Amino acid sequence: MADVLKNQPSASPLPDMSAFKGGNQDVVATYCEVFTGIGGKAFRVKSFAEIKHRIAEQFDTAQRIITSLPELSDSFERLSIDIDPHTFDDVDVAVIEAELAVAENGAVWLPEQRMGQRIVPYICQHLAVVIPAERIVPTLHEAYAKIGAGDYGFAAFIGGPSKTADIEQALVLGAHGPISMSVFVLGQGTTPNSVASY
Amino acid sequence: MPMTVGLFIPCYVNQFYPNAAIATLQLLQKLGVKVVYPPRQTCCGQPMANSGFEHLTQECNNLFLENFAEFDYIVAPSASCVLHVKDHLHSTEDPVKAERVRSKTYELVEFLTDVLKVDKLAAHFPHKVGIHQSCHGLRGLHLAQMSELNAAPFSKPVRLLNMVDGLELVSLERPDECCGFGGTFCVAEEAVSVKMGKDRVSDHVRHGAEYITSVDLSCLMHMEGILQRNKSAVKAVHIAEILNATR
Amino acid sequence: MEKVEKDHAALAEEFIKDEERVDWHDGALWWIRQKRDMAAKNIPEWEALREAASQIKNNVLSNLHDYLLEFEANVTKNGIKVHWAADAEEHNAIVYSILKEKGIEQMVKSKSMLTEECHLNEYLIERGIDVINSDLGEYIQQLDNEPPSHIVLPCIHKRKEEIGEIFHEHLGTEKGVSDPTTLTRFARRHLRNVFVTRRAALTGVNFAVAETGEYVVCTNEGNADMGAHLSEVQIASMGIEKIIPQKKHLGIFLRLLARSATGQPITIYSSHFKKPRKGQEMHLILVDMGRSRQLGRPDFRDSLKCIRCGSCMNTCPVYRKSGGLSYHNTVAGPIGAILAPNLDMRKHADLPFASTLCGSCSNVCPVKINIHEQLYKWRQVIVQEGYAANTKVLGIKAMAWTLSSPTSYSTIGKAGRWVLNNIPFAVNNKFNPWYRQRDMPDSPKESFGEWYAKHGKDEVK
Repeated sequence: MADVLKNQPSASPLPDMSAFKGGNQDVVATYCEVFTGIGGKAFRVKSFAEIKHRIAEQFDTAQRIITSLPELSDSFERLSIDIDPHTFDDVDVAVIEAELAVAENGAVWLPEQRMGQRIVPYICQHLAVVIPAERIVPTLHEAYAKIGAGDYGFAAFIGGPSKTADIEQALVLGAHGPISMSVFVLGQGTTPNSVASY
Repeated sequence: MPMTVGLFIPCYVNQFYPNAAIATLQLLQKLGVKVVYPPRQTCCGQPMANSGFEHLTQECNNLFLENFAEFDYIVAPSASCVLHVKDHLHSTEDPVKAERVRSKTYELVEFLTDVLKVDKLAAHFPHKVGIHQSCHGLRGLHLAQMSELNAAPFSKPVRLLNMVDGLELVSLERPDECCGFGGTFCVAEEAVSVKMGKDRVSDHVRHGAEYITSVDLSCLMHMEGILQRNKSAVKAVHIAEILNATR
Repeated sequence: MEKVEKDHAALAEEFIKDEERVDWHDGALWWIRQKRDMAAKNIPEWEALREAASQIKNNVLSNLHDYLLEFEANVTKNGIKVHWAADAEEHNAIVYSILKEKGIEQMVKSKSMLTEECHLNEYLIERGIDVINSDLGEYIQQLDNEPPSHIVLPCIHKRKEEIGEIFHEHLGTEKGVSDPTTLTRFARRHLRNVFVTRRAALTGVNFAVAETGEYVVCTNEGNADMGAHLSEVQIASMGIEKIIPQKKHLGIFLRLLARSATGQPITIYSSHFKKPRKGQEMHLILVDMGRSRQLGRPDFRDSLKCIRCGSCMNTCPVYRKSGGLSYHNTVAGPIGAILAPNLDMRKHADLPFASTLCGSCSNVCPVKINIHEQLYKWRQVIVQEGYAANTKVLGIKAMAWTLSSPTSYSTIGKAGRWVLNNIPFAVNNKFNPWYRQRDMPDSPKESFGEWYAKHGKDEVK
């Protein structure tokens, strides 16, 4: 450390970042377009009833489906935040809610409180995430402005199904994390062209 | 008052590509410039500096200053040599003179575009031409926009070539990948150098070029070596010869 | 495994012998460069982002000491144990002692180039600790007992048939199976079992935020998280230069990293680790390993700004056509060539010369490291320190003598042309490396200087 102090160059100021921000585009449409382009599935829905319906359509409800959401716990198993995380090994679908989502890259932000347990969005075979439309922001700059220092022990941006292209650059969805990811955009959002109510 | 230009002809151009030097001279004269070729010039020192021997180049630098300090401008048909002069020409004895000479040294295309502001040429070259963007010219002297940057496109060499009657520019798959000459690299890393040259040549040939041109004869010498070894009909020609070509 | 002491030129020559493979390797990496271009052109403020990232990293280097102290204090407050390691030996010993203390004999590891530099796996395996690289590319390289050839795409140099053969030999897949999806699914099932049984997980660190004492790990596969969130003991290893000052700076770096690396808008997972899970122990090891020495080199310290995106490798024509393993260093390509001489100048003296100084690397670098200029400067240092080959020294001195004297210059030039014209076989033979695959330039009857002496004053037509 003494070497670090001795060797470091003279002071160089931090840049002004205020110019970096998102534009006025339709964030919901952009989010859905980008997320779908990555290989995710985006659904615009009006209610939790619709979400339940979509999940039943897409997945085999005979398999283990867990959720952190009280609104869905009559249909699916409510996950425990205390249980040994290894017991989630046989989960087929996990349904959770995001804190916010980022239009420019299709990612959702999940502090661990939203995950239930840290392992949940990784260990399941299929991940489903609910995000109210008005919590979609244009870029990471707005996202971090909202996140601030953050009151969490763990949090993550998750931007699609897990993937790898390590074998001859051939894209394979489903590496070690989930094989698929679905996002349910709930409501209309607050974009200029739509009414913010649902 | 007509400006006087000192013509700087790189060592290997002098020995092996006199036609490119002659074309440079004639082109400048046609455009109303008084051109003088100082006969005692040798080299800018780049081959030594790029090999790690910059500390041996002071004599070359002194000779360059001696030969060229008096001119309004110094012009060379070689982007890499001009870049070297602009970046590395120093003098411990007379740094002010060195700075002045650095600022007056131009590669031919940038001289025609930025100083003479040429907007038409009485040139005729009815052939399909591929332009090879010498790295020193492109990323060093900013003769054109490089593909790496998210920035507005422009190209000084293309602008000039578009003034040549009958000339058709071919488009390439990789417009600004390096040809692999790289100075002593061309023999120290022969296998990579040749592979890079073959790939560049193939790009031009595949897209129908009859001539490959550039602002750097080192690149052209390397690609020409490959073309000739493969008995290709495609020729390499310095841009000065195209801009100076008449019916 | 002892490596034969071949330099880059020799290793590259071997790689290039298989021209079909080189074309494929070159094409694959060029395609990734093009994806980067598309992503960059989609962001109008791309160049401003690069400039801001560069300035942030300049600030980090100028204040690294205090940022490290701030970071350590915050990490400790968050409940993570901080360790300091001066070099590879200390780092490896720390990892070993953490595991030994808990009686752990198996560990799962996600991608960390730093631990590759430290040869951690070998160290642990020698001491009876089983380590598995969970990143698919690194796993393949581990099975094949070969280091990764690219910092982001570890087995980019391998064909799928070769990978299929490795799977067949080590994991028992059917012979001849080479479909990427099939192989990936197999690895998924096989490594799943590793994740759920390992008590210890080690990750690298992409960004370490001084302000909040948290660190970010970026993956596409989710392997870092699968290991970490099931582990009892989680270790993170980071180079001291990975610090960034404030949380909001992540906005800039995460917008640049994946786009520069692969053209993706963001990696699938950007995991922010701050506190241990309930019942879990977390450790963070801060490693110097030559970084503070590099910090003290004014011409080369900017190489420490690197965020390990690999875009310089993807754009470098020499890298694409010679392969990462020809650089005989954990980090290869242009950035490797300016980092490695600091670690071992003798061993890596050839690397700054494995370049044409084309400058493409510097212009794709998201933090605007002047890589090609540093390559040039390393050449000067290497020659001054006496690591240039003797033949080169003599040759260059002769060149310097010739070119500083106009008379000897014109004599020798004329002699060269005379030889070419009259005794071509003297030069056009296999002892002349130029001549192996290229014709020599035609030799004109007179030089320009001679022509000018006769005709220079003529009127131009």
